[in-house]
Amino acid sequence: MADLEGPHFLRPLKAPEENPGRVLRLGVERPLVLDSGKQLSPFNIAYMTYGTLNADKSNAILICHALSGDQFVASRQPVTGKPGWWDEVVGPGRIIDTDRFFVICSNVLGGCMGTTGPGEIDRTTCNSYGLDFPLVTIRDMVRAQTMLVDALGIDQLFCVIGGSMGGMQVLQWVASHPERVFAAMPMATGARHSAQNIAFHEVGRQAIMADPSWHGGDYALHGTVPSKGLAVARMAAHITYLSEPALQRKFGRNLQNREALSFGFDADFQIESYLRHQGMTFVDRFDANSYLYMTRAMDYFDLAADYGGVLAEAFRGAKTRFCLVSFTSDWLFPTVENKRIAHALNAAGANVSFVEIVSDRGHDAFLLHEPELYDTIGGFLSAAAAARNLP
Amino acid sequence: MKPGNDIWPQSRTRLPLRPDLWAIAEMIPPGTRVLDIGCGDGALLEHLVRDKGVDGRGLELIQQNVNSCVARGLSVVQGDADTDLGEYPSGIFDITILSQTIQATRQPRHVLNELLRIGARTIVSFPNFGHWRVRTSLLFRGRMPVTRSLDHNWYDTPNIHLCTIADFLATARDTGAHIESAMAIDGLGKTRNMKDGESRANIFAEGAIFLLAKR
Repeated sequence: MADLEGPHFLRPLKAPEENPGRVLRLGVERPLVLDSGKQLSPFNIAYMTYGTLNADKSNAILICHALSGDQFVASRQPVTGKPGWWDEVVGPGRIIDTDRFFVICSNVLGGCMGTTGPGEIDRTTCNSYGLDFPLVTIRDMVRAQTMLVDALGIDQLFCVIGGSMGGMQVLQWVASHPERVFAAMPMATGARHSAQNIAFHEVGRQAIMADPSWHGGDYALHGTVPSKGLAVARMAAHITYLSEPALQRKFGRNLQNREALSFGFDADFQIESYLRHQGMTFVDRFDANSYLYMTRAMDYFDLAADYGGVLAEAFRGAKTRFCLVSFTSDWLFPTVENKRIAHALNAAGANVSFVEIVSDRGHDAFLLHEPELYDTIGGFLSAAAAARNLP
Repeated sequence: MKPGNDIWPQSRTRLPLRPDLWAIAEMIPPGTRVLDIGCGDGALLEHLVRDKGVDGRGLELIQQNVNSCVARGLSVVQGDADTDLGEYPSGIFDITILSQTIQATRQPRHVLNELLRIGARTIVSFPNFGHWRVRTSLLFRGRMPVTRSLDHNWYDTPNIHLCTIADFLATARDTGAHIESAMAIDGLGKTRNMKDGESRANIFAEGAIFLLAKR
């Protein structure tokens, strides 16, 4: 383990004055053995922390970010200059109160914000890994996080929280290390990726790979960026994060800066213009190969499969307190998928709460201002803190 | 966790506990594992968890109630007593509670069997359809009874499987349950012990609470 100077970002910084966080070099003595059988030694993990770890190291909350998220959960993102993705929830005096808790958020393995991923330079070839980077799974991401938590000297995390791909990591954390997770809060997630979800991911990946600038993943070598492919991938994915009623409410058939249809293929409609904007801004902060790896990790996730097809077995004997959250209009990880987890936890005799929140904002609701979600997080954390004897 | 833990969110006001729920709470020893089925707003569960150090869980049909329970720091899942009890392992709870709910289930006998399977002991409370007001309403007015404990019209009542105390006793015996204690609830919600084989209660009690164990 070594403390490096700072994370290396693949994109120029729009806000170079912001705190870039820290990066640890791990797996030097003991390699990270991946599900694929390949090894990473060493690898870097970039992370942010907020608040102070208490004397008995019992107040740590690990936040697991989603597919397109990063470690900048509560502080300005140096590459984009935008506020942290959960700024409203995490901070001093906020629902996840950094005056009480020590919050850790690390960039996932395979990511592109300083943790080792396909964009990093392979020291054996002096080029970026590209597709030579080994495929990583959700469990591999958790293995890397476990090594970070070990390095920080923390035995048991007070809580592990995350939505979507972050929620998958939460579930994997408890399955892999039940004794190390006192409370767990998986939101808008599933214990497996559905056929429909794999299908949408495949569309995104094919869009990237169809971009001539992708060069079989070696675009760094060619000095190009498969912007168009990645933007289309993001556009398709973004639709799945919203809901039909929300799109209708927000955009309807409204025209974009024009009085009449153009009888061409310009972005006539506001929704087209919105999606194009989402695609373009994503390219400025995300790496196309990373996107391939992240989506594949989610596709491969099927927690029950690791336990003879019985999901309850993944949680057998776990003393972790669970709180699951779903949103009524989420069609990517619908309530039924979240409820499947709740049923399995009941069958395992676990302590579980399950809340479904009425919202028309689709999957992304877990990242948005949802007062009922905030009440749920607040109530669950307070009760768990009382049970853990935390002030 | 110690009973009466002071670290709980103080800003939340406690919900008032109905007298019949107090009577149920009195039957539950501190520190036990309890499942409250149809926990509603969580008033009983909150009292058990916060004041008696009970490891309490809830199952509640109405999502809004579930959400407010969880926001109060209680462990509650949304679910239906008729369909969702099957997923719980046998004997995992010390006590299962079904208060004022059995008459609203589709399969009361199945639900009762499930309660006895999941918990070492089971507490069931319900409104008594043998109460004299119910009897006289039918006998003299020829109308479906609307009373304090059965305050719905025939067309909008959730109570689809009403029973008398005598009915419940017979069913409990059929399922092989042993009755450890029984209480009669009066019109004000006050409770008194019911004696063995007491037939008076079936006329004068507005409701009853039974503590059962699988024989």
